[in-house]
Amino acid sequence: MSIRDNASVMAAALANKEISAVELANQHYEQIASVDKNVHAFLYLDKEGALAQAKEVDKKRAAGEKLSPLAGVPLALKDVMTQKGVPTTCGSKMLEGWRPPYDSTVVTKLKSAGIVILGKTNMDEFAMGSSTENSAFGPTHNPWDLTRIPGGSGGGSSASLAAYEAPLAIGTDTGGSIRQPAAVTGTVGVKPTYGGVSRYGLVAFSSSLDQAGPCARTVLDAALLHQVIAGFDPKDSTSINQAVPDVVAAAKKLDIKGMKIGVVKQLAGDGYQKGVESKFNEAVAELVKLGAEIIEVSCPNFEYALAAYYLIAPSECSSNLARFDSMRFGLRIGDDGVKGAEEVMNLTRQAGFGREVKRRIILGTYALSSGYYDAYYGSAQKVRTLIKRDFDAAFEKCDVLISPTAPTTAFKIGEKSNDPLAMYLNDIATIPVNMAGIGGMSLPCGLAEEDNLPVGFQIMSPAMKDDRMYLVGGALEAALLSKWGKPILDFAPKLAGSK
Amino acid sequence: MSLNYDQAIEKYEPTLGLEVHVELNTKSKMFCGCATEFGAQPNTQTCPVCLGLPGALPVVNKKAIESSILIGLALNCSIAPFSRFARKNYFYPDMPKNFQTSQYDEPICVNGFLDVEIEADDGMKSFRIEIERVHMEEDTGKSLHVGGSTGRIHGAEYSLLDYNRAGIPLVEIVTKIVPNTGKYAPQVARAYVAALRDILRSLNVSDVKMEQGSLRCDVNLSLSKIGSGKLGTRSETKNVNSLRSVERAAAGEVIRQANRLEAGERIVQETRHFLEESGQTRPGRSKEQAEDYRYFPEPDLVPVAPDAKWIEELRKTLPEKPAARRKRLQTAWSVPDKEMAAMVNAELLDTVEETVKLGADPTKARSWWLGEVSRVANDRGVLPTELISVKDIAQVIALIASGELTDKLARQVVEGVIAGEGSPSDVISKRGLKVVSDDSALMKAIEDAIAAQPDTAERVRGGNIPAAGALIGAVMKATGGQADAAKVRELLLKHLGQ
Ligand SMILES: [Zn+2]
Repeated sequence: MSIRDNASVMAAALANKEISAVELANQHYEQIASVDKNVHAFLYLDKEGALAQAKEVDKKRAAGEKLSPLAGVPLALKDVMTQKGVPTTCGSKMLEGWRPPYDSTVVTKLKSAGIVILGKTNMDEFAMGSSTENSAFGPTHNPWDLTRIPGGSGGGSSASLAAYEAPLAIGTDTGGSIRQPAAVTGTVGVKPTYGGVSRYGLVAFSSSLDQAGPCARTVLDAALLHQVIAGFDPKDSTSINQAVPDVVAAAKKLDIKGMKIGVVKQLAGDGYQKGVESKFNEAVAELVKLGAEIIEVSCPNFEYALAAYYLIAPSECSSNLARFDSMRFGLRIGDDGVKGAEEVMNLTRQAGFGREVKRRIILGTYALSSGYYDAYYGSAQKVRTLIKRDFDAAFEKCDVLISPTAPTTAFKIGEKSNDPLAMYLNDIATIPVNMAGIGGMSLPCGLAEEDNLPVGFQIMSPAMKDDRMYLVGGALEAALLSKWGKPILDFAPKLAGSK
Repeated sequence: MSLNYDQAIEKYEPTLGLEVHVELNTKSKMFCGCATEFGAQPNTQTCPVCLGLPGALPVVNKKAIESSILIGLALNCSIAPFSRFARKNYFYPDMPKNFQTSQYDEPICVNGFLDVEIEADDGMKSFRIEIERVHMEEDTGKSLHVGGSTGRIHGAEYSLLDYNRAGIPLVEIVTKIVPNTGKYAPQVARAYVAALRDILRSLNVSDVKMEQGSLRCDVNLSLSKIGSGKLGTRSETKNVNSLRSVERAAAGEVIRQANRLEAGERIVQETRHFLEESGQTRPGRSKEQAEDYRYFPEPDLVPVAPDAKWIEELRKTLPEKPAARRKRLQTAWSVPDKEMAAMVNAELLDTVEETVKLGADPTKARSWWLGEVSRVANDRGVLPTELISVKDIAQVIALIASGELTDKLARQVVEGVIAGEGSPSDVISKRGLKVVSDDSALMKAIEDAIAAQPDTAERVRGGNIPAAGALIGAVMKATGGQADAAKVRELLLKHLGQ
């Protein structure tokens, strides 16, 4: 067994007592110690907490207690989820040093499943960005090429998987923040149906779009983690009170004969890198070989998705981020006993938020202001309804929809950081899924011929039918693996010091 | 020359609008499980949700929805099958999230009314107050500004924040404009708040303690020149916290606005604060540079969609309306208007009713509670029911009715109970207050009196009934006044063959 194995293999080794949870955690900490100075996937390592957790699992296993399937497997947690007593920064100066007094529901579930939380991963500040360059604590580097971005906002989580620093990770996805990093790092990332996983303890960027989900190196590993974190939570009013679809069984089934798979016409063409399109098309050919029926579908309102997203998400963020005012927690600037509360609030917000966050707060404040509300926020909500209808119509004809996850492979750090619009275009294919609240998965479908970098393949499934994307994803992954002869990450250049 | 109220009202017609904030008496807060008890140590009733900590999410308190629906039904409103919360965005240190979660354009109850009565010059006069909406929201925390002279944030040395109140469920009840009240506007405003308070109390949805802030009233008032038919600019007097102040604030605004208009000045749309001492208002925030609250639907909550069946079940649980109940009791007890009003104002209706339910005569019950007991209670600054229980008063009244106590003795018994000497029976036995009603004991005293005054006895035997007075007096004296004089008279006359 090695740290390059999949989570399900590690779980089996732990169950057979070939390795202890403490040993496994320590092996990952060793890997982090040798590669993370270059990758910078982690913002904080909770070695003490993780090893205590691992020890507990080992003790229970030795006592013959029945454990959950992933008990003892390590995981990297995006720094946007609260974990009691462990610093949670959201990649912002605003929260530097803040230790939440409570666990998010996702963390509660991870802990009770015996999953060992190694530490917190880097991200674009408050999950706003597609490159992790907006982190106040410096960018994360793509393990495939350290001069390139690992995607965002959850670049830290995906990079930690690609760098073998963790076999599992938690991400959050508001417009593509799980799927786009998965695409550009050659890993798997899933945004479950909105309401499928509790948002309690997920520091909100855009409440109606945010969704936590699993990140892993295989579809089955993602399914195993999905099963752990999903389910109704009375603490989240928007969580869905229904049984979680059996995603693990779906990921193992590998039979998609007769399934109807829709290719979204609007998510191709202009703006899509040539190598992305060719790898996507090759994967579609694999699906045909597996017996699926491919149908072209049209979703005309997707054209407006990006514009509507950049009204709704900033509007909600302008309100969600209002609580960062220095009064009860986090950064406080200018409290000299002379300045008033209002001035201290102003100074703190000026100093604590980065440029992209400020840009979106200003955008959202403007979009919600009286006289503009109907034209901006109101219209964006209408577009949202239209996008939902496009999906409804498409799902009447198809079981799942597919597209490339991101229009390009990983770009260079700094390449787009002064061009917000170019940066926003990274999420053009992932945003419609968030707008409609449905499920979306990205899995690797090959290396683009022009740059030898991974390309992401997106599968979209109807609300609460998350098992369908796991079914198609599992089958496609198996077909591609036998075609390539080895996992895609084995094509990546080896990092200095890596196992 | 400034106008007084009567002069002002001759020239101007007031238009009212009333906004009442009610703190619900739910055990937990609007969006979290924290306790709502009044007066706890600062910041002890808080959690990640009501402190607005990053990542925390609200969950609507179902009991608060139930209370809001009950209020709506009692105010003859329609209950919206679908209503939503919105966010009202503004920065203030006592607001943890820097937005208030409040219903905005989709309230839970709309279009109701409440009829109120006032005492007009020519008898009782009724007004229908139309209700525009009843909506739910959360309260803010409390700021205490220390230092400086005004107790306001400006000029304060520092401020202390208590978030115990943050997230307590509030219901806001907003009237439509109330026109054509003429000079009675202040009385109508008071009567409305009083009637609303009674309804809320009968529903048991709030403590309705104005002095603790669990019921707060904003009085909106504008004037229009009589005959002009044009509504004037209104002022909003915030957080008026007693019935008397509601009346005074309205009257004060009539005078202030009339005098401004007379002087050719305009009325500024603004919030004002009521000053208890002077009965006047001082300006607060001007609404002319209206703050933009950037309302939008609260994405962390799902819409409130109460089941129609549930609403009908709640409707069945509505208690009798206070006004109807008052009318019914007044008729049943044959109480004159004035006395009824006194009983209602003293808030003793429930107490008297309970006493009557224990068998007491309504008139007696009323006179005991409003007379003797209220007097002592007022002297001591406590509630009458804190002095003596309904059961004890009912027992005392029963003992008078059966002749075991005279009115005079009964007063001593009540005095003893209030003094903490125990139940009426305890006081009677400890103080030896029982009416001597034992015939044989009385007969002994009667025979003694006859033996002492044989001549008088002879005259009574001879038909001179009034002469019996001297003998009765002697018996009363001998029994220390504890005998029932009527009984003595009856036994004596019988003994003397009359
Ligand atoms: Zn709370």
